Amino acid sequence: MHTEPNLTNGMTMIKKLIGALALMMTCTVAGAAGGEFPLDKAPNRINDLASLQNGAKLFVNYCLNCHSASSMRYNKLKDIGLTDQQIKENLLFTGEKVGDLMNGSITAKDGKMWFGAAPPDLSVMARAKSINAGPSGTDYIYTYLRTYYRDTSKATGWDNLAFPSVGMPHVLWDRQGPRELTTTVVHQVEKDGKKSWERVTTVFDPMGYSTSKVEPLANFKGVASVDHKFKALDPAKSAAYDNDIADIANFMQWMAEPVQQKRKQIGVWVLLFLGIFFVVAWRLNASFWKHVK
Amino acid sequence: MAGEKSVETTGLLGWIDRRFPLTATYKAHLSEYYAPKNFNFWYFFGSLALLVLVLQIVTGIFLVMHYKPDAQFAFQSVEYIMREVPGGWFIRYMHSTGASMFFVVVYLHMVRALIYGSYRKPRELIWIFGVAIFLCLMAEAFFGYLLPWGQMSFWGAQVIVNLFSAIPFIGPELSIWIRGDYVVSDATLNRFFAFHVIAIPLVLIGLVAAHLVALHEVGSNNPDGIDIKAKKDKYGRPLDGIPFHPFYTVHDILGVAGFMIIFMAIVFFAPEMGGYFLEYNNFIPADPLKTPPHIAPVWYFTPFYSMLRATTDDFTWVLAGAAVVAALVMFFKCKGAAKLIVPVVLLVVAVLLRLIDAKFWGVVAMGGAVVLLFFLPWLDYSPVRSIRYRPGWHKWLYGIFFVNFIVLGYLGTQAPTDTFNLMSQIGTLIYLAFFLLMPVWSRLGTFKPVPDRVTFHAH
Repeated sequence: MHTEPNLTNGMTMIKKLIGALALMMTCTVAGAAGGEFPLDKAPNRINDLASLQNGAKLFVNYCLNCHSASSMRYNKLKDIGLTDQQIKENLLFTGEKVGDLMNGSITAKDGKMWFGAAPPDLSVMARAKSINAGPSGTDYIYTYLRTYYRDTSKATGWDNLAFPSVGMPHVLWDRQGPRELTTTVVHQVEKDGKKSWERVTTVFDPMGYSTSKVEPLANFKGVASVDHKFKALDPAKSAAYDNDIADIANFMQWMAEPVQQKRKQIGVWVLLFLGIFFVVAWRLNASFWKHVK
Repeated sequence: MAGEKSVETTGLLGWIDRRFPLTATYKAHLSEYYAPKNFNFWYFFGSLALLVLVLQIVTGIFLVMHYKPDAQFAFQSVEYIMREVPGGWFIRYMHSTGASMFFVVVYLHMVRALIYGSYRKPRELIWIFGVAIFLCLMAEAFFGYLLPWGQMSFWGAQVIVNLFSAIPFIGPELSIWIRGDYVVSDATLNRFFAFHVIAIPLVLIGLVAAHLVALHEVGSNNPDGIDIKAKKDKYGRPLDGIPFHPFYTVHDILGVAGFMIIFMAIVFFAPEMGGYFLEYNNFIPADPLKTPPHIAPVWYFTPFYSMLRATTDDFTWVLAGAAVVAALVMFFKCKGAAKLIVPVVLLVVAVLLRLIDAKFWGVVAMGGAVVLLFFLPWLDYSPVRSIRYRPGWHKWLYGIFFVNFIVLGYLGTQAPTDTFNLMSQIGTLIYLAFFLLMPVWSRLGTFKPVPDRVTFHAH
């Protein structure tokens, strides 16, 4: 009579699958990163056309291979200063037209098979990832794309601090250069009914092999903490990468609402008009009511 | 000519007036409709609610021209409106901001009615139509929220429709009947669309008309809660009244100007309002296989959502206890047949509170919190209408009630914790006690003398 259990069964099955995947991929440190990862503030470049264009170039070259941005038309990029000719020559690779939507080149089914989950559409991702009265989705993207580290225990060989056990590999790795991650966890452990504090330092080398060191902390007074530190072996390259990611995040923020700049510009005039209208309405009201005793 | 009405007007207007009461209607509702001259800030919100209703209908018409009520295309069509329809983003933001601002305005309008006793005799029907409008508004907002077909649209609808399955015996079948499917789906989207764009708005407009006709029949209340028709000049015009037009039309234009500044500031500079007017999760297309970790309704529903969540199994013990105490009190207080009937009904409720699943009582608490408002005119026994002439501690009670409502609203947006749950349980009790004990507390205390004429300071 009820078909609802079918869905429940389906969901349990998926949960089991995900659970199995997670088990398969989990390594010793996976549990350490609990709670929300603190996000870096993305630089605000929304008025910088060069940054938006660089972000668009990187987005089309890297992200659009698997993801789509199906609410976006290529020629919408004219709003950030590109011409039809530039779009045609630099951003269209497989015979699309400038008026086409930015559809991905892989199917959702393939994506699901290859990565465990279909790569989501990115049109409005910068808005979707925002937190109520908190950091914006742009900050999330800026942080997420900069917190990949090599981990040989993962299926793709990569893991991510902002998105633990992420399905997506580090697509932009060759632009970032090799990095080493040091994770320091201070926590309380219980051994033979006795509570004590310890510090676990795990280093993921640039090839993704990890070494862990446990130090007991005698007389420790403080709270549990998790700290992550990246060390770039090629600092110049890594800095250039950060700059590129800021541009990608910036582009994605623009793409999530291409009208946002125009909206604010019009808004100033609207409020200016309403301000004048308010004064007129106020004086009109006063002139009628001054005779009312 | 035989049968032709004689009118004062001439020319075209005279021609119309002989066939249609144009001048008479204009006089009755505008130029010779006398409203109290001491209206204050709180009296802006009625006309503002009407303004927002018109805005929602007009923007809604344009949205329907481009929106596709189809699970496959709905999400995409909203983005299409945002990007490719000329000015579509402006129309959509006005509509989404309008939904929230409708509730802001209506809540403030209801606060006004509460503090000045605008629901008291002879305005009970105005109040009842008003509460019905509020209910329709909630239905309208709920149905409309599914249409963008985002994650919150989908799961919000799923949670609310599932509530009906808590009704004993018929619940499960009923919720399937409402959805038209076993889960929220394309069928649900289509029927919600029908409700949102035609069924509810029709009822809403009818109720608004009834609300206004009833208001103009008995006349507005005022901050002093005085009947201005008691004191009239030799032409039969209330001494404290003033023609609605032009005095309150220019006054309301001022209110509209102030409101539009706030409204447009949100539309142009903060259309998401930090994720409270447009929830961020709703920028992810609906996915029936991925339950969001935290499902919260939009802010205007959260006070009632808190009461729903507060009603746990433990809490039904408290409610059952309260019903038993009430039964005892009623046994000693009531006379005649009521002496037996009322306590027995209350005792049955107490038993049922423990017999039926708490989830059902959560739904009852949430629905009851709104339904209770209908009875307000018969719960208030205070000898004066306006809060201005009530005992000082009544003002504190109203203050606590309003703050409590806001706290419940805040709790409804948050993920549940033990402390928050306890807080919303206390909040629910405060909300219910405020109304259910009103027949007792509203007549207690020393009331101030009510003046003959309204308090008015010339501008």
